Amino acid sequence: MNQATIEETVWIAIARSQDLPLREGRVVVLGDQEIAVFNLGDRVLAVSNHCPHRNGPLADGIVSGATIVCPLHAWKFNLETGQGANALSTEHCIETFPSRLSDGIVFLEAPRQSTTKNEMPAMSG
Amino acid sequence: MSLPLTERELPNDAVAKKLVVVGNGMAGVACVEQILRHAPKFNITIFGDETHVNYNRILLSSVLAGEKSPDDIVLNGRDWYEQNNIDLKLGVRIVDVDPMAKTVTGNDGSVTTFDKLLLATGSIPIIPSIEDVMKDGVFVFRNLDDTRSLLERSRPGLKAVVIGGGLLGLEAARGLQVQGCEVTVVHLMDTLMERQLDPVGGSYLATKMNAMGITVLLGLSTTAVLGNGKVERVQFKGGGSIPADLVVVAAGIRPNIELGHKAGLEIKRGIVVNDYMETSHPDIFAVGECVQHNGVCYGLVAPLLEQGKVLAATITGNKGPTYQGTVLASKLKIMGVDVFSAGDFNEKADGGEMVRYEDPSQGIYKKLTLKNGKLAGVILVGDTSDSHRYMEWLRSETDLTSMRRQLLFPEPSADVGLDVAQMQDGETVCGCMGVTKGTIIRAIHDKGVSTLAQLKECTRASSGCGSCTALCQQLLKAVAPEFEEETKRVICKCIPFAEDNLREILRSQQLKSVQEVLEIYGNGVGCEVCKPALSYMLDMLWCGDHEEDRSARFINDRVHANIQKDGTFSVIPRMRGGVTSSAELRRIADVADKYQVPMVKVTGSQRIDLLGIKKADLPKVWADLGMPSGQAYTKGVRMVKTCVGTEFCRFGVQDSTTAGIELERRFENLFTPHKLKMGVVGCPRNCAEATVKDIGLVGQEGSWQVVVGGAAGKKVRKADLLVTVETTEQALEAAGVFFQYYRENANYLERTYDFVERLGIEKVRKDTVYATAGVKRDLLDRLRKSKDHSYDAWLERETLNHPTQFLQIKPMEEAEVLI
Repeated sequence: MNQATIEETVWIAIARSQDLPLREGRVVVLGDQEIAVFNLGDRVLAVSNHCPHRNGPLADGIVSGATIVCPLHAWKFNLETGQGANALSTEHCIETFPSRLSDGIVFLEAPRQSTTKNEMPAMSG
Repeated sequence: MSLPLTERELPNDAVAKKLVVVGNGMAGVACVEQILRHAPKFNITIFGDETHVNYNRILLSSVLAGEKSPDDIVLNGRDWYEQNNIDLKLGVRIVDVDPMAKTVTGNDGSVTTFDKLLLATGSIPIIPSIEDVMKDGVFVFRNLDDTRSLLERSRPGLKAVVIGGGLLGLEAARGLQVQGCEVTVVHLMDTLMERQLDPVGGSYLATKMNAMGITVLLGLSTTAVLGNGKVERVQFKGGGSIPADLVVVAAGIRPNIELGHKAGLEIKRGIVVNDYMETSHPDIFAVGECVQHNGVCYGLVAPLLEQGKVLAATITGNKGPTYQGTVLASKLKIMGVDVFSAGDFNEKADGGEMVRYEDPSQGIYKKLTLKNGKLAGVILVGDTSDSHRYMEWLRSETDLTSMRRQLLFPEPSADVGLDVAQMQDGETVCGCMGVTKGTIIRAIHDKGVSTLAQLKECTRASSGCGSCTALCQQLLKAVAPEFEEETKRVICKCIPFAEDNLREILRSQQLKSVQEVLEIYGNGVGCEVCKPALSYMLDMLWCGDHEEDRSARFINDRVHANIQKDGTFSVIPRMRGGVTSSAELRRIADVADKYQVPMVKVTGSQRIDLLGIKKADLPKVWADLGMPSGQAYTKGVRMVKTCVGTEFCRFGVQDSTTAGIELERRFENLFTPHKLKMGVVGCPRNCAEATVKDIGLVGQEGSWQVVVGGAAGKKVRKADLLVTVETTEQALEAAGVFFQYYRENANYLERTYDFVERLGIEKVRKDTVYATAGVKRDLLDRLRKSKDHSYDAWLERETLNHPTQFLQIKPMEEAEVLI
């Protein structure tokens, strides 16, 4: 069975919030996942960096509220749900990654990898 | 002495009676306008204690905010007084009235007799009992002179305190802020505009004011103005104080009734008038803010106009129409802060009900109060687009029982003309000037009105606060056969303004960051369409001295390279005029090897493109190239394509390479509404295709042709001749004037070929090469200023815009994390 269970994920500290400029995206690679992380000021949202259309780098897109616009052909996705958000992308969905901002450090929840460090125990609140 | 024309024209030889009007403000003059429509004619004298002709007082805040000049708000110019044989006495204050002798006395000692006297003395500011309130640096904000004093005194960085959080205080606050002051509004009550808003509406407004950068302090009573000689601090009850360089007292107004007293009229809060607008003296009348009708003193424009119409009938002996009071409506005139209030918004009155809508994230609050199935009051904050519908419901006391499901949100009508069609002829379109739909339609039919400007001139509609402009245009469109709607597209639904409108707003409101613009005038969010457009506009308007926000830029402008289909980038160094050297070519070859560049391509613009570069390698590639950015990734100056001209060519008649390189140097690193390509050719054979470029210089024997608006892309268009000049310097200057004109007037993403076609080359010529020396100099000055602020974007390899500008994020090392 290759489906991850909850026990197999881990919170990983990826950056200080000031490493992520406001309303811009940055890429972080965790294992074999390329993740686009967005600093929306009061929160950080993370999705797969790959647009399902032509594999455009979503981290390079323009943020419109909680929506990301792919820089290649303007497909739009909701950063909270991963749902396609315009006529082009409406049938599509991208993977989202739980994220949290704690004391100025950005954490992502990702599948446990043998190489990952900085596990964050027992997140609460 | 011959009699004035009006007297000779009088029927039955009667000598015209003398009407003296005290007060040259909106109410007095509007009433005189109405009186002029009636017979018999009067000999009219108007006294004004200000030194200005009648102006639109409600637009003073627009003057303070830099949106309008004092000349823009004039309602009746001197020619109007002359044409109507009105003796205008400006700068004379009437200090006494003798009702028995029927004379008025001016502060210049003059005594003037009257048959009828009209008091239109308006109101005066309430000055609260604050210690030392008359200190230097304390102002009121009531007339044009006050406004001028404030404009003279305010300057960037000054701390301004506005005492009073009502309509006028808030408008003054915003005006001062636009002048660069740091503004605090101090309000005695716990709610801003408490006479127009409930506490919830007031808090939405306070949030909006705060978002604009105006500090709002509520529930504070000001006790003293402190300072040695001039104001330094403002002190509050309880002892607290804040620093202040300038104080504006806007604590309300009260009727100016002094002359009413002297005339022995019946007075309560204001001069008491009946439904015919008569006072207790048969030959003395009063109108406007100084009167009290049915227990109410009005401080807004619409009632004054209604009163004026009634009074005009009464005073001319056509007594009949009556004044029945006015439904009070007010609108805050701060661009981007929409507040409308009308009627009685207190739902706690007997039998009152309330319907409410709130959306805090959008800053929208709507509240209707109903009584007996009819609208009693309305508050709109954040979205006032439906205000005219609610006003009509109030005025006509419409029974809303059948519309209860559509009170806050009317069903969208597919027929855009329906809104107008649904209005009745008696319905008011312009609340400021009291103009009905019927009046506008008659003006269109009878007077041949077909433009908004004509409509304003003819009916005054939309010359007040301007909020009915859209409605007037819809009416014109529906009724006037010749009306041509100004085809102005808005940028997008995030910020629904036409671009020239928006440029004016950003300029007058001194906005310098995209996010600020979106928060005040848009939905606070923006999108991939409006953000780059606003970024361009701000850069252009402030000549590069704006707050750059890279999150509002397309990725190409964040990393200064052109994104390709696989997420890599293309790098095109600048090669001015298409001229390069062996050293540059060697470095390009070395870069191609070192970074294993998958493709090296000669472009159509006489440059070399390195394709397939990874984002993280960009700064290193630029450093190794040692050449400036060719801006091939942006809406900006691309290149100048040249031929070899007189340097080598046996047909060349002009030195096109030197001219082309100089042209490129002058404009490079600047941004334009869309990409901008240029060409310079040394003879009319046009080898470098200058006549299909945005700007082209075509060399001829002894002269240059400057051509603009050419294209050889999706569309092919031969450029239009802008001008023919003798010297290279003149050609470069003409190109510069056009270049800056295009930057300032084109819509975002409008290429020169669309721009020139839209305006017509005649207009372009008139506004550029045939413009006055001053206009050309200003264009070139702004171009120079922008150029001074511009820089080679590839230098960001050393001075990064952000530490992770070109990098991926690496998960943090354990040591850095404190859990």
